Amino acid sequence: MGETETIKSGNQITMAHGSGGKLMHNLIRELFVKRFANEFLDRMSDSAVLANPLNDKSDLCFTTDSYVVDPVFFPGGNIGSLAVCGTINDLAVEGATPLFLSCGFIIEEGLEIHILEEIADTMAKIAHDAGVNIVTGDLKVIEKGHADKVFINTSGVGRRPKHLQLGHDFIRDGDMVLINGAFGEHGIAVLSARGNFELNMDVQSDCAPLHGIIAEILSASDGIHFMRDPTRGGIATTLNEIVAGTSSGITIDEASLPIKEETRSACEILGFDPLYLANEGKVIIVASENKAEKILDIMRLNPLGKDSRIIGKVTHENPGKVVMKTLLGGHRIIDMLTGEQLPRIC
Amino acid sequence: MDEYRNPELGQKLLGKIEETLRGFPVKISIMEVCGTHTMSIARAGIGRLLAERVRLLSGPGCPVCVTPNDYMDRAVAWARCKDIIITTFGDMMKVPGSTSSLYREKVSGAQIAIVYSPLEAIGIAEAYPSKKIIFLAIGFETTAPTIAATIKCAREKNLKNFFIHCGHKLVPPAMRTLVNDPELQIDGFICPGHVSTIIGSRPYEFIAREYHIPCVVAGFEPLDILESVWMIVNQISRGNHAIVEIQYTRAVKPEGNPNALSLMNEVFAPVDSIWRGLGTIPESGMTIRESNADFDAVKKIPVAVEETKEHPACICGMILRGVRLPVDCPLFRTTCNPENPIGPCMVSSEGTCAAYYKYEKG
Amino acid sequence: MCLAVPMKIVKLTGTDAVVELSGVQRSINLALMSDSELKIGDYVIVHAGFAIQKLDSVDAEERLKLLQEMLEIS
Repeated sequence: MGETETIKSGNQITMAHGSGGKLMHNLIRELFVKRFANEFLDRMSDSAVLANPLNDKSDLCFTTDSYVVDPVFFPGGNIGSLAVCGTINDLAVEGATPLFLSCGFIIEEGLEIHILEEIADTMAKIAHDAGVNIVTGDLKVIEKGHADKVFINTSGVGRRPKHLQLGHDFIRDGDMVLINGAFGEHGIAVLSARGNFELNMDVQSDCAPLHGIIAEILSASDGIHFMRDPTRGGIATTLNEIVAGTSSGITIDEASLPIKEETRSACEILGFDPLYLANEGKVIIVASENKAEKILDIMRLNPLGKDSRIIGKVTHENPGKVVMKTLLGGHRIIDMLTGEQLPRIC
Repeated sequence: MDEYRNPELGQKLLGKIEETLRGFPVKISIMEVCGTHTMSIARAGIGRLLAERVRLLSGPGCPVCVTPNDYMDRAVAWARCKDIIITTFGDMMKVPGSTSSLYREKVSGAQIAIVYSPLEAIGIAEAYPSKKIIFLAIGFETTAPTIAATIKCAREKNLKNFFIHCGHKLVPPAMRTLVNDPELQIDGFICPGHVSTIIGSRPYEFIAREYHIPCVVAGFEPLDILESVWMIVNQISRGNHAIVEIQYTRAVKPEGNPNALSLMNEVFAPVDSIWRGLGTIPESGMTIRESNADFDAVKKIPVAVEETKEHPACICGMILRGVRLPVDCPLFRTTCNPENPIGPCMVSSEGTCAAYYKYEKG
Repeated sequence: MCLAVPMKIVKLTGTDAVVELSGVQRSINLALMSDSELKIGDYVIVHAGFAIQKLDSVDAEERLKLLQEMLEIS
């Protein structure tokens, strides 16, 4: 497939390059990973697992993420919640206990200080409740018009048990695919906060730190092979990432997908597909078939997992693809997101 | 309307369709002419469920697919003007023109606002009195009345900076072109549900009467589509005179919505129109009548438009008519793909080529 | 161009209405509906912010029942 074509198709970065789908993946791979060239980056996982230079007892996990969201405040959180939860989650899905965060702020001139205070309050609370310390940071102010209110970068460091059998290589055909609850809410919450399209609804972002629920299942069960938190591009993109280029496929069952009614309705009105909506408090877990029910039970005991479901399985059919068995019994290929979703009339 | 997604009933309908078509020597070809039907069919996976007995053809039913390059080229030319804000439905953002698209223009700094309702464009016109707001009015008879109402609203508000780039098209004339096409074998039509909410079922009667092709006006849930296929298949198997039936009775009356129709005809007049891939079809487009010419962007905002060019190798036209498959196109997959669409069949995520790309990707 | 959704009327204000679908509300324009007797609780088909037709829920139910009966006959 013309992969290099996709970043050559135009000489400018477009919004589509940031939307979590194919264009973004190709850009990261072709422009950065190729140049920086090392075994850690080649894995393209959420966090880098590094041999701990300080001791032999556990591995170090290290990750970074930048947060830009418009609007800065939305139902269920703000850019600060995303910045802390997002990085905690990138560590947690690699099986690490999050320990320390850094945070860098790029602030647009003219931003009101009380906004920054509210963001910082949120970050402090989430970090504190999660047992994570924000230990270093940076701040830059940029001229009005050169940034959109505030951008935040957080990097995170965590401790990971040595030789943890968690990662892409441990996925097997026959494994079940689980999710900890209804998806698509963050995408809809941000949309409704923007006020575009004049829809009124009461949908909250699902933004939440998942290290607690993940620690619970890791300590109570084996058989967890892989985890990832679906963010931009939705669960469709994450599921595709899992099988792209492999000899396995994923089949998901439309009837078992957990979606809130409001999310479904907003999507129907605008012509969106909830599979591609952003999430900030979801984890996709791939686990061995005989442990799936047990893991589900443990997840459901946690408030962040009460609507957990088994949504599909890894198979040898349709290698490299994600296929959905529709309500009707038909099949539909779920591709990765191309560009952004836009409201349509057709 | 969850009952219209009931899988058990769906299975039974599939069984009935299979039963009725048993013994038929050939596969029957049913064409739908509505982009939303294409989506519903793809979403439910109906095409493959019926594949043994029925060939479901996706016709030129999507405004994205049939809007010709010159419409987009003019939109792009306007988008490049600093004093113009283009307002549009999301569908049009990635439609390619001769050399660019609205998406590319937005990246380069053009002021383009995506809306869900044309009335939002009115709001933008009121909020930016020093700019000219042009709304890209595409869509069939479902959408044209909403634009007509929007123009009336602009008139009532005495807006001087609001304009429409009219690209509306009418479905029944295009269907006549399709049935006259010697290369096309169509055994039945699934007629567009929401277009028919406005125009009713009578405009399709010429197809049944003159061409003896059964027509069923269908809703959009999986059961609506399956029931409609069953109704078409029953007509064919009974061998009586073909007729137009309404499956989507909960939303479509034979006379349609006379109020909406008269509003549409008050503001717009039919005009010959170019459909991508089908050529010029008489009286198949709409133009703004003289009484509202002050809202007509083409008349009121002259702009230099680049020469319209079609990609020489693009065969979207033949694909839209159902006489070629995407794999027959030399550009398919190599040059033309969802991230970089050359023709409209690849732009719409369930357009014929985009759908093929997903299913046949190696 | 056919994307339209049945939504329930929860408020009527002359030329406009507020409609709802499972917790999602929007204000819509009734210019395309004749001065018909729309009531709170009626469903309308909504396209691009306009009501384009009243949904006949009685017909919907009856038709579904009829379909179910027809499909029982094998």
